[in-house]
Amino acid sequence: MKKRIISFLIISSLIFAFVIFYKGLNKSSFYQPKSEIEEIPKFFAKTFYSKEEIDSQKFFKKDKYYLLNIWASWCVPCRDEHPILISLSENKNLDIIGLNYKDKISNAEKFLDELGNPYKEILLDQDGTRAIEWGAFGVPETFLIYQNRIVKKYIGPLNQNSFEEIEQTIR
Amino acid sequence: MKISKLIFLFLILFSFNSLNANEDKLKTEITKNLRCLVCQGQSVYDSDSEFAVSLKLVVENKIQQGLTEDQIYKFLTDKYGEWILYDPKFNKNTYLLWFLPLLILLLGGAIIVKKLIKIKK
Repeated sequence: MKKRIISFLIISSLIFAFVIFYKGLNKSSFYQPKSEIEEIPKFFAKTFYSKEEIDSQKFFKKDKYYLLNIWASWCVPCRDEHPILISLSENKNLDIIGLNYKDKISNAEKFLDELGNPYKEILLDQDGTRAIEWGAFGVPETFLIYQNRIVKKYIGPLNQNSFEEIEQTIR
Repeated sequence: MKISKLIFLFLILFSFNSLNANEDKLKTEITKNLRCLVCQGQSVYDSDSEFAVSLKLVVENKIQQGLTEDQIYKFLTDKYGEWILYDPKFNKNTYLLWFLPLLILLLGGAIIVKKLIKIKK
């Protein structure tokens, strides 16, 4: 009887471990943090062209859709998503704001000259601290904002699906 | 007069040093407990990735603004979730993590005590 109980316990614990590990195999090892920020974070930043200092709390108007895009000229996926940003910039319901992340201004200017400028305004983040205020951990990342709230967050480059989703939301 | 000036200078120098050392110690302590999200397996303290470098700067700024260790952790978990901490706080999602080792220890102890009583008998 005792032997039976022991072998039952061993087998069931092995099955339990197998199920746990098997489920773990299917899980992506790439972690995307669950950000709890819903509102526009407080920060100050200089603008790309006029070098004026802006306050994030006063910068975004309530009755408009904004797309905040964190980008850099050295970031390859940013090049991929740039045509999508250009197409989105044609929509009058949306203002695209760039957050230029840890970049050289001359390189960023070249990037925009080459690929076009979809941004209504570009903010500078030369030490990367503003991106952290947004809960970002890399480039590119994009936030759809309405009424000072973050409606949707896109980690990685925008694609056709996200383009359609944004167009539908702001319609 | 000269001596008093020297003492004054030393006092200033030492008071500055101790303040910086304390802040630096706190910064090290905090960044060692933060997970670098883009280079898993490394703490923010150990990593030189762009993300970690910026995060170290944010922690430094927050310390200078007078935020306590807990307030800085709260600020970062609001942005990145509990995962960013190596030492997770006790809450409904982590209670098993905290209590399971204790439970296993108690269970093991109970088995040993039971066996010992059996042997004595």
